[in-house]
Amino acid sequence: MADPMKIRASMKGDAAEVRILMSHAMETGQRKDAAGNTVPAHFIQTITIDVGGKRVVDGQIGTAVARNPVFGFKIKGAKAGDKVVVNWVDNKGDKRTDEATVA
Amino acid sequence: MEMNPARRTVLRGAGSLGALSALVLAGVLKPTAVYAADWNKAAFEAKDTPAALKGLGAGSPADSKDLVLKVPDIAENGAVVPVDVVSNIPNTTSIAILVDKNPTALTCLYAFTNGALPEVSARIKMGQTSLVRAVAKAGDKYFVAQKECKVTVGGCGG
Repeated sequence: MADPMKIRASMKGDAAEVRILMSHAMETGQRKDAAGNTVPAHFIQTITIDVGGKRVVDGQIGTAVARNPVFGFKIKGAKAGDKVVVNWVDNKGDKRTDEATVA
Repeated sequence: MEMNPARRTVLRGAGSLGALSALVLAGVLKPTAVYAADWNKAAFEAKDTPAALKGLGAGSPADSKDLVLKVPDIAENGAVVPVDVVSNIPNTTSIAILVDKNPTALTCLYAFTNGALPEVSARIKMGQTSLVRAVAKAGDKYFVAQKECKVTVGGCGG
């Protein structure tokens, strides 16, 4: 099980700004270790964000997203107190779901 | 000093939230709607931009000034390049970010629903100096914005 995500969600005007920091190696499958062996690819493939019980963002990502991915989104119509649920699944089937509340 | 009752409530709240997460982790409670769209293997494993666009079903998107792509002119470290995309095209439903000269061009693809604004900020890897493209889907049309980013140190390893 991977480390928890850090999720920040706060109202900016009429939209909730959601920023997510995921803890993941995001190995591309192209890097070689010190012994010259290729490090197998290990990266997040799908991300979903639900705010207030509604799916707002459905994402797919590839190997070219930086290690410990950071993403930012804005959700119009969200309000303070809404629950933000973020979920990711990687190519090895590892997954993680974390929650935050819009401030 | 008086005890602050709000503090108690906060602590209790945190405790029950912890218990809830434990149940979720144990698989007792299934979080609602954790299912994502299937990963678009054809698009993400495409070696170059035209193939990735084909995988996305985007064909050859039209240039648009209403699609705003922000990438640094020069990235010191190709392993972490900040990218911001904002689409001012009406009815934009998804945004993809591509890097022409990466081993696989497509970096990420986001679909927006239920009030999510068509904009995203991300940090991507770049193997070398390359054009970075943002592709937005609005209705059944695709639009593109592009900008070159000079990379001093590659971020794809190897």
